[in-house]
Amino acid sequence: MASRRVSQDLPVIARFEVLRRNYLAPDGSIQRPLPAFASDAKLLIALYRSMVLLRLFDRKAVALQRTGRLGTYAVSLGQEAVSVGVASAMREEDVLLPSYRDNGALLWRGVKLEEILLFWGGDERGNRFSGPIHDFPFCVPVGSQAPHAAGVAYALKLRKEPRVAVCLFGDGATSKGDVYEAMNFAGVHKLPLVFVVANNQWAISVPLRLQTACETLAQKAIAAGFAGEQVDGSDVVAMRAAAEEAIVAAREGNGPRLIEAVTYRLGDHTTSDDAARYRLAEEVQARWKEEPIARLRAYLVAQKMWGKAQEEQLAADCHEHVEAAAERYLATAPREPETMFDHLYADLPEVYAAQRRELVGERDA
Amino acid sequence: MPEATLVEAINLALGRAMQDDPDVVVLGEDVGVNGGVFRATAGLQKRFGAERVLDTPLAELLISGLCVGMAAQGLKPVGEIQFMGFIYPCIDQLVNHASRLRNRTQGRLTCPMVLRTPHGAGIRAPEHHSESTEAMLAHIPGLRVVMPSSPERAYGLLLAAIRDPDPVVFLEPTRLYRSAKGEVEDNGEALPLDVAFVLREGRDLTLISWGAMLKETMAAADALASEGIAAEVIDLATLKPYDEDTVLGSVAKTGRCVIVHEAARTGGFGAEIAATIAERRLSSLLAPVTRVTGYDTVVPMARLEQYYMPSVERIMTAARKVCQFS
Repeated sequence: MASRRVSQDLPVIARFEVLRRNYLAPDGSIQRPLPAFASDAKLLIALYRSMVLLRLFDRKAVALQRTGRLGTYAVSLGQEAVSVGVASAMREEDVLLPSYRDNGALLWRGVKLEEILLFWGGDERGNRFSGPIHDFPFCVPVGSQAPHAAGVAYALKLRKEPRVAVCLFGDGATSKGDVYEAMNFAGVHKLPLVFVVANNQWAISVPLRLQTACETLAQKAIAAGFAGEQVDGSDVVAMRAAAEEAIVAAREGNGPRLIEAVTYRLGDHTTSDDAARYRLAEEVQARWKEEPIARLRAYLVAQKMWGKAQEEQLAADCHEHVEAAAERYLATAPREPETMFDHLYADLPEVYAAQRRELVGERDA
Repeated sequence: MPEATLVEAINLALGRAMQDDPDVVVLGEDVGVNGGVFRATAGLQKRFGAERVLDTPLAELLISGLCVGMAAQGLKPVGEIQFMGFIYPCIDQLVNHASRLRNRTQGRLTCPMVLRTPHGAGIRAPEHHSESTEAMLAHIPGLRVVMPSSPERAYGLLLAAIRDPDPVVFLEPTRLYRSAKGEVEDNGEALPLDVAFVLREGRDLTLISWGAMLKETMAAADALASEGIAAEVIDLATLKPYDEDTVLGSVAKTGRCVIVHEAARTGGFGAEIAATIAERRLSSLLAPVTRVTGYDTVVPMARLEQYYMPSVERIMTAARKVCQFS
């Protein structure tokens, strides 16, 4: 880290460091000894399958959007390892607080593809999903779920439950007070809370260098009094290992941790965005060499855990799964208009029940 | 029955709620050791411990966001914002999360939280401490906005707010914290939300108000009585959702209505009531619905604030005018 000292005469009272974790190089070769779980071929293949499914799902979602059958959608292209790796380290009873780009985490936790499509297709029923009942829905206002995560983690600690809150957000969110306020509080109370920032280099059109003057986003944890770690976010083994370590530490009462997943958004911000307006094609092309799926595949193939036949079978399975989900989504009839009142309050106050009747009357008229 | 000030009644309700329900958690700036800047949470940390009466960092957005997270896990957080002028960092959390968590998850997650804050001018506080922007909050679908005007109603309505399964913003009239006294029995009995209270019955005119302005409104009603004008006085108490039936029933009876609030006039909650009356009871009206409000100015600091807030005289002038209208 570059020196920030203003005078060589003054004593140093504290030093901080940020470590970086990676295991698999972009070509799938091993950088350092792998964590224990990596000897479990079944687990690695499950991670691989999830990422492949997510990528195919993304492609289908974009196709649906382009043909007017889905609303605005945020793709995970290039950063599949982040949310899949993190979610795979969670227990079901842990609480996920995702941002709008964390489809991979929801998928891993059992949310159905058609439920995710329902949400992006403009139907709140997509948030009443099949994943763990306590998980939060996608958060659209950037970083505003971080204080919820602190509240959840405080509740878990108060009740002495061995559960952990896991909060995901992007690099843009680290510019918001919400995220710092939540981290600060989590540090003070040593909450069972893991923050994960997917640093995909771009907050819509704003590159990281205009987002922050910090050398890392991981160091933002230092101001909040706990450790931050930088992780190769395109290396799903590293993401899973970092998340597992942080979650276990949090569960054991050692407080929060921040994981900066250094990754890259290969696609547009959302289907409403055209990244070609602000980003050079050469930059994107270069980053394709680092993407997480090819990387893990190269490792699995090199280890003879994976081959062409399995790949073809997986592609066929995922295709079938995604197409069937899309069909179920498209076949889901919209709710009746008056159902917009159904979950406004536990018991609908009479004054709004009258509005509900008004809506029904107008429709029937 | 023992007598209590309004702020003591708040304190009694908080203590009762915490004693009855281990899920109730109080949080905010200075609420613990210090017992709150107005002493609303005095003694609670000693009784219930620092984990349930939690001094937070100085971060209002955080307080409201923590409440959402806690509530989603089944706690019943009661957050305190020291003055209404500091509630604005919470608006994102209230609009985008607290008020709609139930709806956006179709009931999978809910948000039974209360956010308490002092409301209004009249205590010679510094700048940014005297706001009354309740209309802004009452505009948010999915929220409840409640404001007591007496110690008895502060106690009963706060208990109801804490027990309510949905988010409630509980606005406490700062000016009445210590000046309003009344008999409050700490019996754990809640008062109903969404219901207006008729404080005084009358046939000639309906006066509608809420919070601290009920003091001037009641004084005006007394003075009008000596002039032969019998005013009905309604304490709206819950602004979101508000009790249209009581308001419209009263106007149907009296045919005349003056709405009193210290918030600025434009877009104030009085406009909402006036519009409802115009839409639904126009044929009952014998005079235009009239508002007596704060001006469309920034709430002045101490030297001028008494000119900003509606006075008994302003209310009486409006009432006489409405009664003389033909």
